[in-house]
Amino acid sequence: MRFSALKILREGLSGNRGWTPHWRDPAPKAEYDAVIIGGGGHGLSTAYYLAKNHGMTNIAVLEKGYLGGGNVGRNTTIVRANYFLPGNSEFYSHSLKLWEGLEEDLNYNVMHSQRGLINLFHSDGQRDAFARRGNAMINQGDDAVLLDREGVRRMLPYLDFEQGRFPIHGGLYHPRGGTARHDAVAWGYARGADSRGVDLIQNCEVTGIDIEGGRVTGVQTSRGPIRAKKVGIVVAGRSGQVAAMAGMRLPIESHVLQAFVTEGLKPVIDHVVSFGMGHFYISQSDKGGLVFGGDLDFYASYAQRGNLPMVEHVMEAGMTLMPMIGKAKVLRSWGGIMDMTPDGSPIIDRTGVEGLYLDAGWCYGGFKAVPASGWCMAHLMATDRPHEAAAGFRLDRFRDGYGLMDEEGTGAQHNLH
Amino acid sequence: MGDAVLLDRPDPEAGEAAWDGYLHLRDNPAGVTRDLWHHEAGCGAWLVVTRNTVTHAVEGAELAEAAAREGQA
Ligand SMILES: Cc1cc2nc3c(=O)[nH]c(=O)nc-3n(C[C@H](O)[C@H](O)[C@H](O)COP(=O)(O)OP(=O)(O)OC[C@H]3O[C@@H](n4cnc5c(N)ncnc54)[C@H](O)[C@@H]3O)c2cc1C
Repeated sequence: MRFSALKILREGLSGNRGWTPHWRDPAPKAEYDAVIIGGGGHGLSTAYYLAKNHGMTNIAVLEKGYLGGGNVGRNTTIVRANYFLPGNSEFYSHSLKLWEGLEEDLNYNVMHSQRGLINLFHSDGQRDAFARRGNAMINQGDDAVLLDREGVRRMLPYLDFEQGRFPIHGGLYHPRGGTARHDAVAWGYARGADSRGVDLIQNCEVTGIDIEGGRVTGVQTSRGPIRAKKVGIVVAGRSGQVAAMAGMRLPIESHVLQAFVTEGLKPVIDHVVSFGMGHFYISQSDKGGLVFGGDLDFYASYAQRGNLPMVEHVMEAGMTLMPMIGKAKVLRSWGGIMDMTPDGSPIIDRTGVEGLYLDAGWCYGGFKAVPASGWCMAHLMATDRPHEAAAGFRLDRFRDGYGLMDEEGTGAQHNLH
Repeated sequence: MGDAVLLDRPDPEAGEAAWDGYLHLRDNPAGVTRDLWHHEAGCGAWLVVTRNTVTHAVEGAELAEAAAREGQA
């Protein structure tokens, strides 16, 4: 089934009875050429590109819950390519380009909205750092505009520019940054993979990884054993536990990140606004809800919910920056499990076990990475060689210190990211 | 401030693998864990808190100094 304006019109006039399920619900086969553990954004995009770019269609995605029930449906949907360091910047640049062609490629409306992202700065030193970052982005081929205070005021007149603690000196504007509809991204990739023959198997928890003579041979699941020549671990916050099934300890700690949404309001916030010093960022969804969040709670957690001190901190920061939102009522808040690495950058790599691959460590920024991560993970699984855009995301960079990425300038230590 | 394995520092000569394990690799358990907390806004003490990462229940706390001494004994 292809979506088109004509199809929508025809369905609208005929009682919407012609829509069909977007994917099958197959039973697992006894054996596949490759299985992907985890049906989040990254697992689904990996499956899609394995089928599309590498012609591997005898593959399955094994998801313990339902597709898109993890972080891919819990995030605040910001899509950007404003990284500074080599390693990250070419990868996210690649990802943003894939985003820009995604809806056509998938024939699916993921509501990708390049409404522009503004990172505020509050001192001369920060301005210099942002000018440098902006130049790095431009050198990478992406877009960046340094705004002075008046430039920010023209775009975001509702901010409190004179607040005592962090007076606003300007901002780095990334016009191609924006948001997308998170579940639609999971659904679009799921549908695309399914239509190319990939089996998407839900309610199928992987409980063991079979290894013989240093080579992976399959997985044990809640729906029985499945043999596979290649296995990809793509389980985000659960990476440590699934890797432990293969006897690995990872440089990952799982933390909770919270987010909030208000009741629907008329359009007031036209961009994505990031107030790094206050640990606060915000955008407005197409339904009108203000979607915002802050930093990690900063303790290891698998609870998918956080605690009140961070709630208070985020609300305070929001009120400091834009007092106008004070009357909006918060409808919901929630948390997701973040796979945090010591340097805050991800891992897409082989493991010590032949045929077993790892895609993990997405921290709090893995939604925008969904297209490129799948693209590069598929390349790795199909060819056994890293894709050049993700060659820096090595698992062993912590051990030898070579190629560490220090995007936030905080060093490579747990609990700083 | 992270997993209480940090109290268990390897010997300086213990080798790359031991130090990589100490600094970077984590068991990352879903369930009971022991982590280090710093009573920053209060008495400045370092504590080892036994905590459940799935329920957030706190099961106990002791001074890190005492925990470290026990570990050595
Ligand atoms: C509050 C919040 C805000 C965020 N905001 C942003 C943002 O604005 N921009 C951005 O780029 N990123 C953001 N992120 C980060 C982003 O959501 C994640 O990095 C990304 O979604 C993780 O990859 P994923 O989609 O594959 O993960 P998930 O959707 O979590 O997928 C992993 C899947 O693996 C499954 N699984 C786990 N164990 C097993 C097993 N044993 N067997 C089978 N299946 C298993 C899980 O059920 C899950 O469905 C945010 C995250 C949160 C929580």
